[in-house]
Amino acid sequence: MLNDVTFGQYYPAKSFVHNMDPRMKLLLVIAYIVAIFIANNFFGLLLVTFVLLFFILLARVPFGRVLRSIKMILFLIVFTAVLNLLFYTGGENDIVLAKWWIITISWQSIINTVFLAMRLLLLVLGTALLTLTTTPVALTDGIESLLKPLKYIKVPVHELALVMSIALRFIPTLMEETNRIVAAQKARGANFETGGIFRRAKAMIPVLIPLLVSAFRRAEDLGDAMDARCYSGAKGRTKYKKLTFTWRDLLGFLFFAALITGIVFLNIYLLGRFDIIWQVQEWFGA
Amino acid sequence: MRIAAKGLTYVYNPKSSFATQALKGVDLTIEEGEFFGIIGHTGSGKSTFVQHLNALIRLTGGELKVGEYDLADKKCKVLELRSKVGMVFQYPEYQLFAETVKKDVAFGLKNFRKGISAEETEAAVREALSVAGLLYDEVAERSPFELSGGQRRRVAIAGVIVTKPEVLILDEPAAGLDPLGKKELMELLHAIHGQWCKTIVIVSHDMDEIAENCTRAAVFSEGKVAFCGTPKELFSRGEELAAMGLDVPVTARCAQILRENGIELDTDFTCGDFIGKVLALYRGDGAPAPCAGGEQEPAAARAEREEGAPALREGGEDAQ
Repeated sequence: MLNDVTFGQYYPAKSFVHNMDPRMKLLLVIAYIVAIFIANNFFGLLLVTFVLLFFILLARVPFGRVLRSIKMILFLIVFTAVLNLLFYTGGENDIVLAKWWIITISWQSIINTVFLAMRLLLLVLGTALLTLTTTPVALTDGIESLLKPLKYIKVPVHELALVMSIALRFIPTLMEETNRIVAAQKARGANFETGGIFRRAKAMIPVLIPLLVSAFRRAEDLGDAMDARCYSGAKGRTKYKKLTFTWRDLLGFLFFAALITGIVFLNIYLLGRFDIIWQVQEWFGA
Repeated sequence: MRIAAKGLTYVYNPKSSFATQALKGVDLTIEEGEFFGIIGHTGSGKSTFVQHLNALIRLTGGELKVGEYDLADKKCKVLELRSKVGMVFQYPEYQLFAETVKKDVAFGLKNFRKGISAEETEAAVREALSVAGLLYDEVAERSPFELSGGQRRRVAIAGVIVTKPEVLILDEPAAGLDPLGKKELMELLHAIHGQWCKTIVIVSHDMDEIAENCTRAAVFSEGKVAFCGTPKELFSRGEELAAMGLDVPVTARCAQILRENGIELDTDFTCGDFIGKVLALYRGDGAPAPCAGGEQEPAAARAEREEGAPALREGGEDAQ
């Protein structure tokens, strides 16, 4: 009843970032991801980190809320980090610290590990900021608008966007439904907590079938309701909330243009990510 | 099994910004053999409370004893408890899943009694279906999805009572049924009550349902029991109920109108008793009363109505 999981993690607030056009936010997130991947040294990533921090402050979202999004993929980050650390081999220049069987740990692998972990973290935090400051509805609106050019090659953009927003809308509903069915089957002695993976999967059948049946029922009801209100697809349909670009979006755009330029500059004029090793060796004369 | 709750508290999503205290100290005792009603608004904590009774929600604060099971005990045998406290959720027909009615009804039985023989299962399913008002030979091999809504609800109820629980809890059992379906369902519950399941607890919004069927009822309001007593005691407090945003049964509204006209009626708010009392009053005022009983027990009044009604009809025919 009250513990339903709401999809998305929108954090309601009034801020510069909240008020930006969802289309621009989507584009900027793409630019942000590109920036993360073209940066090939720590200075570039540091620059991206500063930009991220700046935007988090600008969005007035508590740091804790943004950091919470890491939880979901913490395992992935640790997993890739461990693999990288143990199995990365760069080439002949590797300064090997330890070697055992197929495992090698070198300065290069350590640096690479830190670098990739940072990349993943920045990726997740940045995209989390998007979902924290944009409602799912605004997001699908933005995606629909950005994909509009595909209409010319007969892609049903509006319908796809509608499917997406319906899916988002029904996640909490179906979640609630799942909880109810699970409770009902537990009351009839069903056991979901113990047993091996196959037993548990089998135990889910009494939940999945009623859930599927109910999803179909809801879909039919929704279809009827839309029919009753004369819904007929994208043709001749106008928008209640029109998306408009404002000075905020222009500022954001300029900011990210500067970011990308900065990173390209750092890539060209500063050293690659491993050169720090030679640098340190030079300093300490090792 | 006697149900005794003392200072029951429960918080949804503790330690988060969404923390909501659903139960704020519930004290409630339901004796064995009762037909108990639970009334309350959405969000008053009634669903949270009943889900505690068979450990679907584990006890986090306060005390709760269901028969010999102490829910505060971490080692409490939950599965055993669930076989003795049956729970029928709202719209139970939506929990059906198996290919045939027979398999669906047997689901609980097989969960609770591991290794039960096929003959025993079939006998139990046959019995449960017939108690639920369905013919085994007619429905057993059919898919539950082929049946009508009312039949499916009966199958779902059969799937819960198949283990012969001592306590049967039903959340809004009559929701979404037509008047005839509601009547039949209540008759079914009375048939189950006593011999099949000793105690019945229903959660309901329908005050007429409570007044007609329950021996006692509790009103939940903001996570606490605001009132607990017989329907007669409960519905005499119409104003207090209205203050909690709750309705009273039709009979209580009629009694209120009578009171406003200076006629005080001592009724337990069941239709039978109410009409009996009104008839007695009517006859006392006008023609000589056929039955000169002053203080009557509700049961006596019900019997009197059943006798009185045909008498009245006969009188009508005589006049023609």
